Amino acid sequence: MNAWSRFRRNRLALVGLVLVVVLAVSAALAPWLAPYDPARQSLVEKRTKPGAKYVLGADEFGRDILSRVIYGSRVALLVGVLSALIAVAGGLLLGTVAGFVGGWLDAVLMRGIEILLAFPYLLLALAIVAALGTGALNTTIAVGIWGVPAVTRIVRGSVLALRETEYVGAARALGAPVTALLRRHILPNIVPSLIVYATLFMANAILLEAALSFLGLGVQPPTASWGLMVSTGRDVLLVAPHVATVPGLAIMVAVLAFNLVGDGLRDALDPRLRGSA
Amino acid sequence: MLTFVLRRLLLAVPVLLGVVFVVMLTIDLLPGDVVALMLGEHATKDAVATLREHLGLDKPFVVRYLEYVARVARGDLGRSIQQNRPVAAELADAWPATLELTVAALLIATVAGIAAGVASAVWPNSFFDAVARLGSLFGLSMPIFWTGLVLIVVFSLWLNWLPVGGAGSLNHLVLPAITLALPSVAMVSRMTRSAVLDVLREDYVRTARAKGVGELWVLGRHALRNAFIPILTLLGLQSGQLMGGAVLTETVFAWPGLGRLMVKAIFARDYILLQGAVLVFALAFVIVNLLVDLSYGLLDPRIGRQG
Repeated sequence: MNAWSRFRRNRLALVGLVLVVVLAVSAALAPWLAPYDPARQSLVEKRTKPGAKYVLGADEFGRDILSRVIYGSRVALLVGVLSALIAVAGGLLLGTVAGFVGGWLDAVLMRGIEILLAFPYLLLALAIVAALGTGALNTTIAVGIWGVPAVTRIVRGSVLALRETEYVGAARALGAPVTALLRRHILPNIVPSLIVYATLFMANAILLEAALSFLGLGVQPPTASWGLMVSTGRDVLLVAPHVATVPGLAIMVAVLAFNLVGDGLRDALDPRLRGSA
Repeated sequence: MLTFVLRRLLLAVPVLLGVVFVVMLTIDLLPGDVVALMLGEHATKDAVATLREHLGLDKPFVVRYLEYVARVARGDLGRSIQQNRPVAAELADAWPATLELTVAALLIATVAGIAAGVASAVWPNSFFDAVARLGSLFGLSMPIFWTGLVLIVVFSLWLNWLPVGGAGSLNHLVLPAITLALPSVAMVSRMTRSAVLDVLREDYVRTARAKGVGELWVLGRHALRNAFIPILTLLGLQSGQLMGGAVLTETVFAWPGLGRLMVKAIFARDYILLQGAVLVFALAFVIVNLLVDLSYGLLDPRIGRQG
């Protein structure tokens, strides 16, 4: 049975996939889907409760929350995808180097990775942001760097295991250069676990971006970022609870979607891991 | 036993050195000029140069790193730039609150997570199991700062049962501790479910049941005891998550702990205070994992203490 038919039979994973598609569509078509300009202020209508004009209400500046949630999906997906790319690219590079070269370089790299992995996740990202400064790009870099150690470990482990297989040994004996070994024999074997990891990483990346923006250390106003919206809504929490709580729902749905798809992909692509927590 | 603890503590030293190195290096790579940023736009060149010299920032990175490590080894964490107080004193003011919060959250995560996980494993595919598994999916997907705000709206604003924020009484602790614990409850219950399900399939469980041992005794004496090793490992890892989550929870609930201090230090670009706070977090993480390793031996006599 191929991976897609295994994936298709997993109802929760399909729900996740539908949600991911909805997110992608809302990010791509934001200008057409949003009923208002996300930056349009209307101070007389500030903190309007959800109703006919503003379906999800208006925020502290009278901006339409629905439009800002729709535009916020752009930030979430962009930061998620780009940081996943950074994590995978960095991890692939370091992991193959560590696995192939071995020796003292491997030892030094892996000790460094262990130290980074021992770090509580938010603290590492905070340290990086403290150094880089705030903003969407720096947030993406911080989230991406945070993902590099785990990818490195996955890649290195696979490279070490594959290096000892007979077909790689045979290819080597035939005089295949290292790049060909990597491209033809090693990478195709790592791709499934990388796809699974990258999908689950997207969920955490969206959470982390939201958390950094909530703290005021991520994406900066007036960009519509979900974490930032929760943070501004927090100031009026007791008078207008919807301003903070509605964007948080969007974060939860997006994270849930990628978690469901990631779990489904893991079961479909890597049946050995099926059922493990 | 004592040698094991000492050896593990010695092994922690390079980790802590590495943590300090990473943090100092990231701050050092800062594109702008820290000192100029600290003093603001209107600072004179002289003032910038004086402060830079005062902070020792005119020396090369490696020298500064070694000096800092040497001072920390003597128990001197430096003085915070913003408050000009000893960093050790600022940290001492803040860490008990964070300890209280994280320990409370860890207790909730352990009790609620294991209870839910065991119930799920004992009645797999039941209604409770379905609700618990769906609940843990949501628990893992909810941003912690948002959960905190929702709990405030429900329990402080609508029901008026608990205070909105601040610290000082047990009532103040309830909402932050639950907020911080929720993702860990989800993780622990997932892990417990699969660990207990695995153990319940073992031969010795069948033997125990066959010889007429009561189901509660089977669970407590055979299943849980053996399932506890992976759960314990997870709890050790979760303590790191809790420390990260504490930063957010403390911000939401105005909880006067290390996490809030750290965020303040970042905003003020008070890197000396930031280094101290990170060091305390890293040390706490090392100690927790040492405790986890020690308890393996207590739970399972097969695991030796050779480390």
